[in-house]
Amino acid sequence: MGEFFRIAWLVMRKDIRVESRSREVLYTTAFFAASCVLVFSFAFVRLGRPVEGAEAGIVWVALAYAGQLALGRAFERELHQDALRGLLLAPVERSAIFVGKLIGIMLLMGIVEVVVVFFVALFFSTAFFEHPFLFVGLLATGTIGFAAVGTLFAAMLARSQSRTVLLPVLLYPVTIPVLIAGVNGTLSLIQADPNLDLARFWFALMVFFDVVFLTLALWTFEPLMTE
Amino acid sequence: MSSFDFDQLTADKVSRHYGRQRALTRVSLSVRAGEIIGLLGPNGAGKSTLLGILATLIAPSSGSVRYGDRSVRALGSALRQRIGFLSHDLQLYPELTARENLEFFARLYGVSTPESLVNEALDCARLVNRADDPIVGFSRGMRQRLALERALLHEPRLVLLDEPFTGLDDRSIDDLAERLRALGRSDRIVIFATHDLDIAEKVLDRAIVLRNGRMGVLSDSGGTLRDRYRGFLANTNEQQRNLAGG
Repeated sequence: MGEFFRIAWLVMRKDIRVESRSREVLYTTAFFAASCVLVFSFAFVRLGRPVEGAEAGIVWVALAYAGQLALGRAFERELHQDALRGLLLAPVERSAIFVGKLIGIMLLMGIVEVVVVFFVALFFSTAFFEHPFLFVGLLATGTIGFAAVGTLFAAMLARSQSRTVLLPVLLYPVTIPVLIAGVNGTLSLIQADPNLDLARFWFALMVFFDVVFLTLALWTFEPLMTE
Repeated sequence: MSSFDFDQLTADKVSRHYGRQRALTRVSLSVRAGEIIGLLGPNGAGKSTLLGILATLIAPSSGSVRYGDRSVRALGSALRQRIGFLSHDLQLYPELTARENLEFFARLYGVSTPESLVNEALDCARLVNRADDPIVGFSRGMRQRLALERALLHEPRLVLLDEPFTGLDDRSIDDLAERLRALGRSDRIVIFATHDLDIAEKVLDRAIVLRNGRMGVLSDSGGTLRDRYRGFLANTNEQQRNLAGG
């Protein structure tokens, strides 16, 4: 098990180092997500009053699209000079490579989440942190579920000519339950009279999705990555 | 790390199809430790596909590859520890420095003393002075030398090289040729695909020719490797014309 996490750590550290040099994915996704929130704020804020509950949808839509952008770019980088094959040839469990890539993408999405939540809170005057643990828990579980499926599909499609078309086509139908749970969980937290029991229910459902998606992704990554 | 090792590589009637397109058809070969094999053939002949299959990166559609007396399925990641593969694309990260690239792969392969091995590899690649520069600014030849060291860092038994002479200057070509001969002397199995027939002739023990995914035989009628290869192409062209003419 120690070897598994050593490899995952190595891959994640390499990804972060590469990203810290180019900052290409971070700037693209953060800028995209902030722009998304800005555009929505013009549609959903009337005379200084936001449409009730719109913030929950905006947060998750911005995260999903920014996440998809990050996934696509992160694996395009691995394709450059065929580095993905170099990784796959290493004498390590390929699922450890998957976990390393997954954590790297989750960290990136985490930074984008900070940007999105900040701008939504600013434009919509939303109190996201009345119940900080539940809110962060919802974001974290949503990110894990979305990124687990996304990393698997992005890796699988990395060598496909039509990967930019196929990634969203495959990704959204599978991750839509996570996004719906995220929207409903967030909504039950930020409404005028927060419903904590309902928020906990959605949180538990997202933990369930995470377990299912992670198990399937770890199980299928090795065979799917052999041409 | 597993101590699995082997002294013979055998491919038996290996085919690989992509849909209706046949990349490789019933290719068989056997190579012993210490042999240096040149894989020749025109573009699209199936050389890279064969190297990919031997490297375990591509699963054959039919046929089998055995490493010693064991198959890929039985060995898994322990086999990959014994394989070094230099692809035509160099499998390096342009944003990382030469040292960071080598250290990453050394640690991934679990080598016991990555720092000292990386220093030796940088020395072999003649890149000590540029060790801490991102390789995005390197020439093709410098990257090629670095990628070769990356492929050999973990002292593999099976060395697979796809167009290893591309982009190298004369001195680097001589160094690489000597390196390949040294690998052969140290009982490695070396298989390289190349179009550089004059260089290949100085290095290889045996040539295997592929055309349209099928294996062919070079004549033993003497002459240079280039002459024999041209003869082979002329013969196969004639056979194809005859077949087309009915």
